[in-house]
Amino acid sequence: MAEHESSYTPSNAFMKWVDDRLPIVRFSKEHLMDYPTPKNLNYWWTFGGILAMMLGIQILTGIVLAMHYTPQQDLAFDSVELIKRDVNFGRFIQSVHETGATMFFFAVYVHIFRGLYFGSYKAPREILWMLGVLIFLLMMATAFMGYVLPWGQMSFWAATVITNIFAAIPVIGDPLLSLLRGGFAVGNPTLNRFFSLHYLLPFVIAAVVVLHIWALHVPGNNNPVGVEVKSSRDTVPFHPYYTMKDLFGIVVFLIPFAWLVFFEPDIIGNPSNYIMANPLQTPPEIVPEWYFLPFYAILRSIDFNLLFINSKLLGVIFFGAAILILFFVPWLDRSKVRSGTFRPLFKPFYWLFVINFLMLMWLGSQPVGDAAHWWVPIVGKIGVFYYFFYFLIVLPFLPRIEVPRPLPASISESVLRPART
Amino acid sequence: MITPGYETKMIQRPNILAAVLATVVLTAGMAPALAQTPAATAAPASTSAATPQNAPGTAASAAAPTGGATNPSSSANNGSGAAQAAAAVSPPVPEIETQPWSFAGIFGRYDKNQLRRGFQVFRQVCSNCHSAHLFFFRNLQEPGGPEYSADQVKALAATYTIADPSAPGGKRPGVPSDAWPNPFPSEQAARDANGGAVPPDWSELAKARTIERPFPLWLFDFFTTYQEGGPDYVHALMNGYHDKPPAGFTLPAGKYYNDYFPGHAISMPPPLTDGIVKYAPGADGSTVPETVDQYSRDAAAFMMWLGDPTLDGRKEAGFRVFVFLILFAVIMWMVKRRIWANVEH
Amino acid sequence: MVGTRNSALTTEVSAQPAAHGTRRDFLYVAAGAVGVVGAGAAVWPLIDQLNPDAAVLALASVDFDLSSLQEGQVVTIKWRGQPIFIRYRTPEDIKAMQAVPLSDLKDPAPDSDRVKKGHEQYLVMVGICTHLGCIPLFNSGAFKDGWGCPCHGSQYDASGRIRFGPAPLNLVIPPYKYTSDTKITIG
Repeated sequence: MAEHESSYTPSNAFMKWVDDRLPIVRFSKEHLMDYPTPKNLNYWWTFGGILAMMLGIQILTGIVLAMHYTPQQDLAFDSVELIKRDVNFGRFIQSVHETGATMFFFAVYVHIFRGLYFGSYKAPREILWMLGVLIFLLMMATAFMGYVLPWGQMSFWAATVITNIFAAIPVIGDPLLSLLRGGFAVGNPTLNRFFSLHYLLPFVIAAVVVLHIWALHVPGNNNPVGVEVKSSRDTVPFHPYYTMKDLFGIVVFLIPFAWLVFFEPDIIGNPSNYIMANPLQTPPEIVPEWYFLPFYAILRSIDFNLLFINSKLLGVIFFGAAILILFFVPWLDRSKVRSGTFRPLFKPFYWLFVINFLMLMWLGSQPVGDAAHWWVPIVGKIGVFYYFFYFLIVLPFLPRIEVPRPLPASISESVLRPART
Repeated sequence: MITPGYETKMIQRPNILAAVLATVVLTAGMAPALAQTPAATAAPASTSAATPQNAPGTAASAAAPTGGATNPSSSANNGSGAAQAAAAVSPPVPEIETQPWSFAGIFGRYDKNQLRRGFQVFRQVCSNCHSAHLFFFRNLQEPGGPEYSADQVKALAATYTIADPSAPGGKRPGVPSDAWPNPFPSEQAARDANGGAVPPDWSELAKARTIERPFPLWLFDFFTTYQEGGPDYVHALMNGYHDKPPAGFTLPAGKYYNDYFPGHAISMPPPLTDGIVKYAPGADGSTVPETVDQYSRDAAAFMMWLGDPTLDGRKEAGFRVFVFLILFAVIMWMVKRRIWANVEH
Repeated sequence: MVGTRNSALTTEVSAQPAAHGTRRDFLYVAAGAVGVVGAGAAVWPLIDQLNPDAAVLALASVDFDLSSLQEGQVVTIKWRGQPIFIRYRTPEDIKAMQAVPLSDLKDPAPDSDRVKKGHEQYLVMVGICTHLGCIPLFNSGAFKDGWGCPCHGSQYDASGRIRFGPAPLNLVIPPYKYTSDTKITIG
């Protein structure tokens, strides 16, 4: 960190003594209070703070649940139910954790789509963006392993299907599969290691979040017009402007969260997970949780072979590519203009991408294989096509033909109300 | 640098391209959506049986002929495969109507008397075959349930024999801290007595079942807080038995025809008949009809309570939390406005 | 790093936020109060879940039927995870214990304090040595019908009182009551 003038003056001799040895108060004041933030941020920017809160909530409730949960295949299912029945406030804590995963992913998708629209991934924020994609990946791994822990039918069969993905890799696939599972099938060893890793990964996420915020504070926040901060007239200090705005956003976010937790805790989940895992019987449909559905739809839609690559491996490749392509977005997008606000051609493609993503999400919940659902793979292929078309064709080539709208000279100019004449 | 006229044409073409793509994706994606329904999310996968038995058991007792044949487990029989093969030649499952439950909605609460009646039905009829291993006698005295007194619960528990290896003779009378005893000593014994199918445990059965909610009902459910798919299914199931299957339907031996069971061939014989349980009148002399419909509602409500005993407290707390959050949001909105009042943004 | 010209910035904005300001603005105080209440209500469950849950509390009291005991017999039952010694004492035991002078005792207590009035024959005690927590063995010490601890040699008499050895106190009498002439509820 470069030395620079800071407005912090220790309030007494003791605080100065501390500040000389570990300037943690100075650091907090600089980065959480005085930090200059563009003054035109809209409510899509509150989701960063919401996500930090969600990580904290999941870690706290998770640690508490781990005090009562038993990670053994004969006892796990009942231990979760006994938490809900016998542990003081157990029903509430477990429900917050389970629903919290859904709210966490809802917020992260809003946050990612905000970044995609406003060009938050563009230089000089490429590393910030890639750290974000890394957090997203870690979240998916954490959520997947967490879902296995209650050891219901969906837990077990989701674990079976997803670990089977690794078997698609040629040559090393099968040994890798039994390495991951700790056995020939998903079983007690799998459950135990998933429990250990599910406890570990959130702390890895927290560390990457620290890097993510550090990488943000170097160039500063992006903003809705995508024009960099030019002077102090463009910014306000983070506290109290954005601490209070973020707190407002958080309280509003808690309202649907509480609605789900208290009034309909089982509406997002699958009833089959209230049946204990039975390795000898698959439930009628295996459906992942909603936040995995778009990628699940992409995986399922690839049902054809290509040259020497069989459909199982090809599907896995598309599935992995769909997530990993996010890392390359800063370089795929060749637009000189950052924010979608000023890109008239980009906007319809972007919104179509959003609709397509939601369509893929819905599609992932539909069954395949029976006569009534003949259209699912076809629609899926269209969705896969557009998904990759957006990243590989639209983002790189659209700027060649797009004429952006004129940008404002600065942030403060962009927020001035037009003068009455 | 391109000339303005050329620019205009180039801008128009990608817009048309975008519009065509949008139309294709939307029609391809949405049209089947409006015609189709999201598939049912659960079937009673755990009750699929493998083999027929010689004669059906009677309704009220657990006495099913054990016969000499050992029943292979249902491992090879994929529940969904059997259900779907049968569906091809069997009538579709009729739409299951939602029922008015006292515990539905944000102000819903259990009806104590209904829970007591349901417990009576469970005790006298269902528990002969069905276990409830997460149901403890002490739950009967906890708030939000049937709310018997501690003495009543102690007396009731003492009438049951609990297997306890540390007790003399390996068994002893129950105490409130004990779990409801399993009617069978092992899972295999349960299968043997029930034609190869294990009667599912009641502890979470109401939450392991649901009914189809086509679009847009499943969307409205988020706002109406519909969570009663399990009791709706159980109620329909109990009232869905027929003496004879419809013409053209082959009912395997040892099974019973039920409108609502996926595949229609259920291993459980119709457990309820009119008058099978005698209800005592209420304190004010009120009575309810002693019909299958009434028993099924009471048993389904009791089953829901077994699966979700904290519902009353949860909804009560939820209302308070909700009001608090709305209040807090309004206050924070005012704070935000006050702080931002003089900043152009 | 984006600079820290923010100190100059705050002066540009005329509405002074009361977080550091001098005006006690009712709105901010109200918001803070509501926030603290909310935070407290959210944190309390995370702490209360550490308290014993319903399953443990259900075992907080146990009943025992004394009519199952024969004279002279001693049984050990479990209460709150601890062993409870219950002994049906013989009349000789009772007489001998009542005759012990209090000056002989490290932790003086008359025999009548160790049992309930009218039920002197039944001795109910927590079977954990008051020295360092081992479980004493019946009739394995110097005192007839008493208990001796194998770990460090503490000796208890037929009333459960410490007579010899490093233990400082008599064996603890748990809270219990007679629900009938032959039934007790412990805890």
